[in-house]
Amino acid sequence: MADFVQLWVYLASTPLFGLTATVVVYALAQGLYQRTRQAPWANPVLWSVLVIASGLWLSGTPYPTYFSGAQFIHFLLGPAVVALGWPLWERRHELRAHAGPLLLAAAAGGLASAGSAWAMGVWLDLPSGVLWALVPKSVTAPVAMGLAERLGGEPALAAVFAVVTGLIGAMSARSLFGLLGVPTDARGWRTRGFALGTAAHGLGAARALQVQPDAGAYAGLALGLQVVISALTLPWLVQWLR
Amino acid sequence: MNALHGLAWLLACQTAGELLSRGLGLPVPGPVVGMGLLVLALRWPAVRASVGDTARFLLSHLSLLFVPVGVGVMVHIGLLQTHGWRVMLVLVVSTWIGLTVTALVLRWTWRRAIAPASDHTPDKAHG
Repeated sequence: MADFVQLWVYLASTPLFGLTATVVVYALAQGLYQRTRQAPWANPVLWSVLVIASGLWLSGTPYPTYFSGAQFIHFLLGPAVVALGWPLWERRHELRAHAGPLLLAAAAGGLASAGSAWAMGVWLDLPSGVLWALVPKSVTAPVAMGLAERLGGEPALAAVFAVVTGLIGAMSARSLFGLLGVPTDARGWRTRGFALGTAAHGLGAARALQVQPDAGAYAGLALGLQVVISALTLPWLVQWLR
Repeated sequence: MNALHGLAWLLACQTAGELLSRGLGLPVPGPVVGMGLLVLALRWPAVRASVGDTARFLLSHLSLLFVPVGVGVMVHIGLLQTHGWRVMLVLVVSTWIGLTVTALVLRWTWRRAIAPASDHTPDKAHG
């Protein structure tokens, strides 16, 4: 028994543990997701996160210990965002042809997300540190943190809000688009993907990529546009709102 | 070998993006600048030949890459407890509003545009 405890202490303190837990749990969650034919409630990120977080909590493992291994996965987010340039390049001609409508939709959608979050936050009387962390929530997490800081919000909260927003978008988009009557034809997939990337950044794009390649490409473009549009307009808009 | 070259190109674009972003004090993070640089670099056949497979592999597992951050969020979920339901309400409703407005604006502008739906231009490199 003592040997086992020692073994566990050893494993739990090496980066191998966090890395293995992340990949194995995700692979299982991905299996469940495929078995349910990609049902939104079976979102593999949500279930992996819940299982791993419960495991850490039950075993009393601190997050930094887990992250020392999981960072190898986390690091790949950077190259993956760069890789989003590939599906964009493949569709460069059609994207150029639709540049006007896409830019308009990205600006309108981003403004609607940030504006409605701000208006509801004011209405619900949220403190300013929370309110200004909510405004950039539709932008990918690292940018949301920086923007929140400039607006006067809590950066850590902004990261939490951005990730939760991404999950909400990824899990509810299919039902919402169904209600709105967005079709599943060529143009419908592009619309769905673009909306997911605009309102739910990377997690939305990840969901779109799993469902349909065109949707994924448009989500990647929307994610990038949202970063540029928000970074350039939000600080200026917020100054005007105050 | 191609996979290795592909990763090298992706990392090179990210590094160049990071340098540009920090060097010029851009409000856009390095990887997003890197995405733009990759689109430019893909004009070059040597880059095109090696990046495709690596990019497709990484993107097909994009969800996995969010798990470590997600676990971090769960650990900090206590931050949400103080304003619990109000914050959740704002997050859910504003996300739906963002999705709806984007989709409706696109539908509206595309309906007005004369451009036909058969605008897909698949590249030979695809698939």
